[in-house]
Amino acid sequence: MIVEHDDLQSKLNIGQDEDIKQFLTFFMADEEYGVDILTVQEIRSWEEITEIPNSPDFVKGVINLRGTIVPIIDLRLRFGLPAVTYGPLTVVIVLKVKLESTCKIMGIVVDAVSDVYSIAEHEAKAVPHLSDSDNTQFVAGLVNVGEKMVALLDLQKTMDI
Amino acid sequence: MKRILAVDDSASMRQMVSFTLKKAGFDVTEAKDGSEALNIAKQQGFDAVISDVNMPVMDGITLIRELRSLPNYKFTPLLMLTTESGLDKKTEGKAAGATGWIVKPFNPEQLLAVLKKVIR
Amino acid sequence: MSIDLSQFFEVFFEESFEGLDAMEAELLNLVPGEEDLETINTIFRAAHSIKGGSGTFGFSAVADFTHVLETLLDQIREGARTLTAEHVNLLLKSVDCLRALLRTLQAEQQPDLTEADELRVKFEEILGMRSKSKVVQQQTVSNETNIKNTFQIDFKPHHHLFKTGNEPLYMISELAELGELETQAFQDDVPDITNLAPEDCFLSWRFFLTTDKEQSCIEEIFEWVEDDADIAITLCGGLFGDEEITTTETATAVVEQKKEVEPIPVKPTTDTKKPVPVKATTANAESTSIRVGIDKVDSLINMVGELVITQAMLSQLGEQEITEATIASLQEGLAQLAHNTRDLQENVMRIRMLPISFVFSRFPRLVRDISQKLDKQVELKLLGEQTELDKTVMEKLSDPMVHLVRNSLDHGLETVDKRVAAGKDPVGTVTLNAFHQGGNIVIEIMDDGQGLNTQKIREKAIKNGLISENDDLNDNEINELIFLPGFSTADQVSDLSGRGVGMDVVRRNIEALSGSVEVASAPGVGSTFTIRLPLTLAILDGQLVKVAQHTYIIPLISIIESLQIDISKVSRVGKDLDVLRLRDEYIPILRLYNIFNHKGAIETLDRTLLVVVESDNQKVGLLVDDLLSQQQVVIKSLEANYQKVDGVSGATILGDGRVSLIIDISGLIKLSGLRKPGSQELIIESKANLEAS
Repeated sequence: MIVEHDDLQSKLNIGQDEDIKQFLTFFMADEEYGVDILTVQEIRSWEEITEIPNSPDFVKGVINLRGTIVPIIDLRLRFGLPAVTYGPLTVVIVLKVKLESTCKIMGIVVDAVSDVYSIAEHEAKAVPHLSDSDNTQFVAGLVNVGEKMVALLDLQKTMDI
Repeated sequence: MKRILAVDDSASMRQMVSFTLKKAGFDVTEAKDGSEALNIAKQQGFDAVISDVNMPVMDGITLIRELRSLPNYKFTPLLMLTTESGLDKKTEGKAAGATGWIVKPFNPEQLLAVLKKVIR
Repeated sequence: MSIDLSQFFEVFFEESFEGLDAMEAELLNLVPGEEDLETINTIFRAAHSIKGGSGTFGFSAVADFTHVLETLLDQIREGARTLTAEHVNLLLKSVDCLRALLRTLQAEQQPDLTEADELRVKFEEILGMRSKSKVVQQQTVSNETNIKNTFQIDFKPHHHLFKTGNEPLYMISELAELGELETQAFQDDVPDITNLAPEDCFLSWRFFLTTDKEQSCIEEIFEWVEDDADIAITLCGGLFGDEEITTTETATAVVEQKKEVEPIPVKPTTDTKKPVPVKATTANAESTSIRVGIDKVDSLINMVGELVITQAMLSQLGEQEITEATIASLQEGLAQLAHNTRDLQENVMRIRMLPISFVFSRFPRLVRDISQKLDKQVELKLLGEQTELDKTVMEKLSDPMVHLVRNSLDHGLETVDKRVAAGKDPVGTVTLNAFHQGGNIVIEIMDDGQGLNTQKIREKAIKNGLISENDDLNDNEINELIFLPGFSTADQVSDLSGRGVGMDVVRRNIEALSGSVEVASAPGVGSTFTIRLPLTLAILDGQLVKVAQHTYIIPLISIIESLQIDISKVSRVGKDLDVLRLRDEYIPILRLYNIFNHKGAIETLDRTLLVVVESDNQKVGLLVDDLLSQQQVVIKSLEANYQKVDGVSGATILGDGRVSLIIDISGLIKLSGLRKPGSQELIIESKANLEAS
């Protein structure tokens, strides 16, 4: 088994000490964030959602994803940012998140999708802790892609609602 | 094809006996106690009967006694499945008309070897 | 040809577990001195079967252990030994031990025999003998000596030999397989044809067999007819002349010899397999098969048949030209399809339904063991054992129920002294009651013990920061605090319960099944834990309602009636509760828009629609904007990807693809802040209900 794994890794040109992963990035409130592409199930446009009574404001509600009930989280509200009206570019990224012992499928509402980049995770720098009210808990690290800065989301923390 | 009636209240034993005998070319019918076996035996003929002794409703020895009283089972080989501690059961069985016995536990090969003594 | 016996293992394990359950149930019913023979026989047969099967399939450790049980039980049923309470306890412990052994073997792991050996020693002490450590197998292995001998065998069957079912021809042919055979047949005894009884044997034989096999092999061929024939075996042409030995003597000598000879075990399939990567064995291995009554299968087959017919009819219609007439037929056909589908799905669900007795059956043993350990006297009553519920739900229900019962025994019921001092019957009662109510199954666990100590709970809750001094909670609400995590009022952590991980886990487990658990208690009288679970996990008949712009579903089975409010019948109670006078009852009005925090709903009462529903004997009215259609909906889990939502039991997908939430009435009532009736009344009411039924 181990031999096969190494084989596969070399085939994909992923060295064991190089943890280059592919990230899907998106925009939210003028910042660019990234998530491991392996967690992305699909990208959908914003559609009618069913509200869940008495839920936190960042939980917009649930949608029907081919027969499964999937909760949708507004990332802005999760980050404590003011909400915006959704427009034609507003998308929902459906993610498969590993939480504790189970895998949950959840969606996040973002402003727009950006691109897919190959990023070496080890290059991500820890986020400086500025104040108590910040959302640094949701960000695993900051990384440079070309000239811009991408914040890698810590899905475990972000989606643990 | 020779037909055998296999009687035992344990499903796993029935399955094992049935499988073994079928593989050896016999046609096998199963029953889970003496009473069910007797009813089946009255409706169809068999070339041999293999029966456990300890069963609910009707035990093996009573079954053998009942079978012997039926005209077409006068000469049929009737074998008892007995445990090694049941030596007196063997005597009781013979008195009831049993042909012979197979000692439990047995493996499939032993079953077939013993069966050869009375049916081929 | 060798046969792989492992294909029979699973059946053997299942029937052995059933046998052990039967043994245990009967053992619990046994009163030494009053035992009836049939009970003992049942217990004996169960042990006997397990011994036989385990020996046959190569589980020799189990066979050896069961052997002593069987020996003791045999003595008891023959009347050679009187049954004592010590025997019963020892047998019960053996049942546990066997269960554990079989489970380990089922998981293809090496069993630990320490407990079995300890118990076996105890049995042997009682039996007063050291039993053999290995099951003696009949020697069918022939011992070759490599010396060729010639035996003269005289075989004269008695006249009745054929009636034993034996066939001399086969015996002769077996003899021939041992070596070179010369046969002489004698017809001297054959009477003339007029006197010939056709069913009798008149022939006799003399054989000369030259073989390198031992005499015992020859004897073995004639073993079955020893008493039905005259047999003499003589060794010929030996150096010391003919030695004649009569069979009967030899037979007994050989038989005795066999008993002393160290048995050569015929190699069984070993039950000690190479250590495989350990399969995750859970303490209660969930069985992956289910027994279904053949009647259920037959009805399913019928239903599928009807479905096929309907489908054929519809497809035929579909090929025709669309006219008014065909549309009408199509609609009819579709209605028929709906009917067939509905029937089919109900019946399939029924397959997974099993009576709750499967879970209840754990408890007599549990109660007995724990009450002995705690030195309390307890009587267990089981009601509603035939109430059916889904198999998976039942399996997951077992642990929480065990915890609740343990709790009652440990903390609820008092010691004999305390009970007598309180004027109660020294024997405490624990009652398990299961019944269907609405679309739910309700399971009550009641005890007539000291009830919850509300004061202590309150203090502990304050100490743990769960509530504050100033919180105004009624007794019932305080009692419900025990379900919060980290709560325990036991002074010492008993090893049974009270470690503080209990009640909240119980509640969580039950909520994971989309159910609920509540407690009602009266000091000095007792406590009742009520578990409520949905009957079918998947399908629901629902009434769609509109609240503001949202569509919700109310389970049809909980709806009593829907009406338009007549404002003259509404009165206000307290600060903000409106009640509607409906015939001779007062129905509290729950404003859904309020509870769910929706804007834009109808807030005035007059002429607004009210759906009167019932849940755990409470009637309430749900205020809605509009009544929509009634539909059958498939229940989808919210917990799978999100979490449990108060007041909501699940979600469903409507025909247009939208998600709609299903209202959980009892949860909604709780959410609304409507207080439950006092706990005392509830307990007394449940008791009264039971006595009445």
